[in-house]
Amino acid sequence: MLKINDFVVRFANVNGTGSASANYLFAKAIFRMGIPVTPKNIFPSNIQGLPTWYEVRVSEKGYYGRRQGIDIMVCMNPQSMPNDVMNVESGGYFLYDSTKQLHPELIRSDVNYIGIPLMEICLREFTDPRQRQLFKNIIYVGALSALLNIEFGVLEQLLTGQFQGKEKLIAPNIKSLKLGIQYVHDHFSYPLDLRLERRDLVGNKILIDGNSACGLGAVYGGATVAAWYPITPSTSVVEAFESYAKDLRIDKTTGKKKFAIVQAEDELAAMGMVIGANWNGARSFTATSGPGVSLMNEFLGLAYFAEVPAVLIDVQRAGPSTGMPTRTQQSDVLLAAYASHGDTKHVLLFPNTPKECFDMTADSFDLAERLQTPVIMLSDLDLGMNDHVSEPFEWDDSRKYDRGKVLSAIQLDTMERFGRYLDVDNDGVTYRTIPGTHATQGSFFTRGTSRDEYAAYTEDGTVYVRNMDRLLKKWNTARYLVPAPVFYQQENRSRNAVLFYGTSTYSVEEAMDLLREQGTLIDAVRIRAFPFNPSVETFLDAHDKVFVVEQNRDGQMRTLLINELNASPSKLVPVLNYDGMPITANFVIQGIFNYL
Amino acid sequence: MTYIRPKFRHPSAPTNDLGYTKREYEGALSTLCAGCGHDSISGAIIQAYFELSVPPHRIAKLSGIGCSSKTPTYFLGKSHGFNSVHGRMPSVATGANMANRDLMYLGVSGDGDTASIGMGQFVHIVRRNLNIVYIVMNNGCYGLTKGQDSATADAGSKSKAGSVNPFQPIDLAGLALELGAGFVAQSFSGDKPQLIELIKEAVKYPGFALINVISPCVTFNNNPGSTKSYDYVREHIEATATVDYVPLKTEITAAYAEGTGTDVEMHDGTFIRLEKLAAHSNPYNRLTAITALQVARMKNAILTGLVFLEPDPTDLHETLDTSEVALNKMTETDLCPGKQELENINASLR
Repeated sequence: MLKINDFVVRFANVNGTGSASANYLFAKAIFRMGIPVTPKNIFPSNIQGLPTWYEVRVSEKGYYGRRQGIDIMVCMNPQSMPNDVMNVESGGYFLYDSTKQLHPELIRSDVNYIGIPLMEICLREFTDPRQRQLFKNIIYVGALSALLNIEFGVLEQLLTGQFQGKEKLIAPNIKSLKLGIQYVHDHFSYPLDLRLERRDLVGNKILIDGNSACGLGAVYGGATVAAWYPITPSTSVVEAFESYAKDLRIDKTTGKKKFAIVQAEDELAAMGMVIGANWNGARSFTATSGPGVSLMNEFLGLAYFAEVPAVLIDVQRAGPSTGMPTRTQQSDVLLAAYASHGDTKHVLLFPNTPKECFDMTADSFDLAERLQTPVIMLSDLDLGMNDHVSEPFEWDDSRKYDRGKVLSAIQLDTMERFGRYLDVDNDGVTYRTIPGTHATQGSFFTRGTSRDEYAAYTEDGTVYVRNMDRLLKKWNTARYLVPAPVFYQQENRSRNAVLFYGTSTYSVEEAMDLLREQGTLIDAVRIRAFPFNPSVETFLDAHDKVFVVEQNRDGQMRTLLINELNASPSKLVPVLNYDGMPITANFVIQGIFNYL
Repeated sequence: MTYIRPKFRHPSAPTNDLGYTKREYEGALSTLCAGCGHDSISGAIIQAYFELSVPPHRIAKLSGIGCSSKTPTYFLGKSHGFNSVHGRMPSVATGANMANRDLMYLGVSGDGDTASIGMGQFVHIVRRNLNIVYIVMNNGCYGLTKGQDSATADAGSKSKAGSVNPFQPIDLAGLALELGAGFVAQSFSGDKPQLIELIKEAVKYPGFALINVISPCVTFNNNPGSTKSYDYVREHIEATATVDYVPLKTEITAAYAEGTGTDVEMHDGTFIRLEKLAAHSNPYNRLTAITALQVARMKNAILTGLVFLEPDPTDLHETLDTSEVALNKMTETDLCPGKQELENINASLR
């Protein structure tokens, strides 16, 4: 059956063999042909020698979620071969290195085998052992380009761009592509019935991972101090910040850096540094994953209570404990929402695309300073580490950073008495001063212990309660400042609805299309922040059943809705995927049909 | 120390170069126990900053948790303060310093706060060479929780309840030396003249400066079996007041009178004053400094004074090559690359 621009290719490789850039080349070429594509790395917590997969979904309809079922398996890893063969859809293709004969047990009668003697070709064509290894990858990309109809000019252009400055690498790469194409030409009929055709479906979109978008967003949002501790899958956030900052944040006259990055001794210290820097008037952030957030709990409580702005990007992975550190989940929702001892609540943001990673990171600094509290962005491994087709980044040059209620020396001069925790505007957000602002006015003692409106230590219960209640008032103010939810309909059309957030969006949107095709209409809302905007409550009230789609075991967002909005538990039906792989549309549909 | 502070000061109270009286450097009344060594250290801090004529609002004082960490309330009331969480003052100070290199940083900690729960952060603030004065008010016990041994309590030292500490103490000065600290000093809360001088030198020092101050806990660790009691410390100063050790109180006063100090030029052109009372002949030699600390320890003696000095330190801003303009002074104009640059980035991602 002819399938144009609608299939899944999975590459099975050994990690540390240079396959990543070849596989990326394959995905990017499809993107350049104007076809919606979504690549995903499925990798081990290891640097060399273990199986790793790269899955590329091509979708004419523009579905960017993961789809189950492998149409073409490119198997370069003997170790994972038995499983890889089993995973191919009936009627699908299995491309392998035929230098060695395939074991008879690996032969399935319903799968088409494409054997290319990659190692043999490499041994013949290259002398350098490293080249023999690396170009094997490029040869299979060449073979695939013939089999699937990838335009050679596009690949050529990408390689030329990739090796700018290292021009002598271009020729052997092009040669390898051609070797693959030639072998297919000589031995198979091509293109396959699964193939690509140029389209104009991606417009001016960009292809980038969420972590890079966060790093860039931090540069645009005015972050100057980044403190962090390496942890998968968040490491590339600060690495991207550094790389963009080195390009964009060097003082032209002095050559000095307009940023400081400190690799901390642990996540506790990273958060401490972020709090110290923000207290002192610099925009500062850190990035981590679940285990790091666990360690930051104490400091998050301090920042909440002492009312110090802070930005934390949590790129979630599968927990608990070390869990599956290279697999995705949305399982830090409750941890982040109520991080730390005592009565604490934190502002959460849930991005779903790199564009939103960029926007929300930049905005989070405004939000943290306006509210003088930590803002935690909950990304995940799927969004953070995989490339996504995204709307392009935008910036308005007239935009000013919103530093919130910070008093200047002049303001301090003209006021009667400065009270750090005095609710002057009746919105729960009080005025702060940056150390060193004024010679005699505005200094105060920041502390995690209870204090009165003038920041003086007190153990008076009524003063403590007054302060805790004001923090709640501030929390209520936050409900109107955080990004509003996205509704998928002007007016509700159904008694049933689906509620989701973050990377589940891709598959839920696809599922809604499929349901619509089957005649099932369902309303939908995408949550973008906590505390919940009042419209979320209205939406829940207007429906009898709300399917809450999440990528965790316990339905953490559902718990949050019940806890914070008094939503009826029987109304909220959990649809939960937590195997560490990005959720699929089929999974969502199944979850919904189980109840309907 | 609880007492009623007089409401007015004598009109002829001495002023410093800024025209401030000492009062401008004082804080709230201390709520620590009467006779607490920490209050003497607070007094020395007040005196040192007063004498140096540092504008109080240019100082940021930070602490962790514990008796020692309560003291920033009791000094420099016109300065911004941050009483953070237990053992984590170094990280908060690091972030603050990164944000604004123009302020002067004073970190105050205790032996529990630094040598136990905060050990991880302490060693890293030392090796990063953050420009800060780091004072440890070291009493060998946990005062706020009623006298448990801390990690700096000497082995064999007896607590008030009578139990004997079986564990080896952590030598913070020695540790700092190992980690490459550029300014390492020790003192005794009962020796205010020496302490004031050391704090002044530390404030002027353009890098990480540790002052480990033995500060007896009058309530829980001032008993006969404790090696951090007033009596023990005084006795062991006298017992070991040889030329090898910087002695306490009386001797050091004499030494100042004799004027046997030397001036050492720092890389930024400022001078730091060294007294020839140093326990070892060469205060620039890390190896002899470490040896001197170890020898003192073997003799159960407390070595005080400036133990080691690296005259040309490289502080963290220098290491990171950050802008001379404080990062917290920068605005959109300095920090945001703008729309056109973003368009270029978009184009590179297509």
